[in-house]
Amino acid sequence: MKILVCISNVPDTTSKINFTDDNTKFDTNGVQFVINPNDEFGLTRAMWFKEKQGATVYVATVGGPQTEPTIRKVLAIGADEAIRINTEPTDGLSVAQQLAEVVKNGAYDLVIAGKESIDYNGGMVPGMLATLTDMNFVNTCIGIEIDGNSATVIREIDGGKETIATTLPLVIGGQKGLVQESDLKIPNMRGIMMARKKVLTVIEPIDTALTTKEVKFEKPIAKGAVKLIDANNIDELINLLHNEAKVI
Amino acid sequence: MSVLVYTESENGKFKKNAFETASYAYEVAQKLGTTVTAISFHVKDNESLGEYGVSNVLNVTAENLKTFNTKAYASTILNAIEKEEASTIIVSSSLDTKSLAPILAAKLKGGYVPNVVSAPENTSPFVVKRTAFSNKGFAFTQIDADTKIIGVSNNAYGVKENMTDVNVSDFAPTLSDADFSTKSIEIDKVVGKATIADADIVVSGGRGLKGPENWGMIEELAEVLGAATACSKPVSDLGWRPHGEHVGQTGKPVASNLYIAIGISGAIQHLAGVSASKVKVVINTDPDAPFFKAADYGIVGDAFDVVPKLVEKLKEFKGQNV
Repeated sequence: MKILVCISNVPDTTSKINFTDDNTKFDTNGVQFVINPNDEFGLTRAMWFKEKQGATVYVATVGGPQTEPTIRKVLAIGADEAIRINTEPTDGLSVAQQLAEVVKNGAYDLVIAGKESIDYNGGMVPGMLATLTDMNFVNTCIGIEIDGNSATVIREIDGGKETIATTLPLVIGGQKGLVQESDLKIPNMRGIMMARKKVLTVIEPIDTALTTKEVKFEKPIAKGAVKLIDANNIDELINLLHNEAKVI
Repeated sequence: MSVLVYTESENGKFKKNAFETASYAYEVAQKLGTTVTAISFHVKDNESLGEYGVSNVLNVTAENLKTFNTKAYASTILNAIEKEEASTIIVSSSLDTKSLAPILAAKLKGGYVPNVVSAPENTSPFVVKRTAFSNKGFAFTQIDADTKIIGVSNNAYGVKENMTDVNVSDFAPTLSDADFSTKSIEIDKVVGKATIADADIVVSGGRGLKGPENWGMIEELAEVLGAATACSKPVSDLGWRPHGEHVGQTGKPVASNLYIAIGISGAIQHLAGVSASKVKVVINTDPDAPFFKAADYGIVGDAFDVVPKLVEKLKEFKGQNV
């Protein structure tokens, strides 16, 4: 089984978000970049398939040379080979089109991409990739088992979950639940040493047309001060929620 | 060239977001000088969309489209887009819709923008405001493609009445076997309980509750309020609650009218995930908990003392006000 895990390079979840150049660019100053958490759950599930079912795990990233530390970390965790498409990620469709080229040339059985990146939150790359490559697709995936050409996939739905039967080749949108937080792997020294020798192929992008672009950013308006209510005066809280906030 | 809106339903009834997306579609149609056509699946009361500005409803009645199937529903909507020659498509931001909208965009080479919080500032160029960076910021996104697909955030634009004469017709799409290449085997869903995505009120517990055995009072509070229950990341990581209840940056986003956080200190990732909620109440023993800075109302106190009292008082209140 040949698996491709698509990785996005995103600001760490603890990052403070600021904008620069008259609020037209994300300020990367002082920001630590990491593997997108939704991708990391998928990567970890791919490592499980490698250990238990002998899968070969490839990773692909759309990004410039600055993403290579993140790619090396993915290789140190245990992926076999990496591909970097040498262009800055722009809109979701362009990213999906770049990845689709890799998928078409690689004959992958399973493609795992996070259900969304935690920076631009487009949440569109997995579905677009499946459509462009004519593969089956299950999003918000919280469980997957593969037996031969068949896949049993569990997806999260609003208020519950749904079990789906489908076949390979398949694209899934991964998220927490695919593996548990405690299953996530931290690279060890041996992994880090081995990662240096693993193949990282840099390929040049294809031409794509931009469908959307961010023209301006804005930070949320700061909240006014909290109204503190005495713990012995619950009536006051109910009164405020009913008469002032009008939410009960 | 009408604006096409996908109005979601469940068991023959529109979801709340159907009326919000229809209201949004009406405002966009007004700006573009056209009307709104809705596509719905197996809905009995399609006429109700007329209250929110919809002029035409295409109701799908095919037996094999009774329950949601990502690709089959996407292909059906593509059929409707073609029939209507629609170039502006409005959808919700539910999990199901977020799965199918990218398929539409990839097929049509369209520009898809999810998590949109307000009507377009301009339609030429077409610019919408949406949340980004997991609710830590907003982006103004310009759609340059001919086909524009807008995913409206839950509970951000609101439901707006616009009485319109509505015409309902059956719609039969042309689908192939390939559209049903994923098959639903089992749906496991709690019935009769509010979900985090749809609930007006969400009650959430954190590590301050000390253990899963103490969730009874959280559920009781949720029941009195008709609220959904949620939890912080550590609570789901510890296995005290199912991960489907985890709200925050790597969990579910919350955009309810009221969010009550009990024993949750308010890590930056959690605050980001719940920031779209309109009113936030915090109950915490630690007056320095960061959540107090992000909340509207706060009680510094022990949840084991405050929550049972709150439940009692709310029962009295509900008794008088219903």
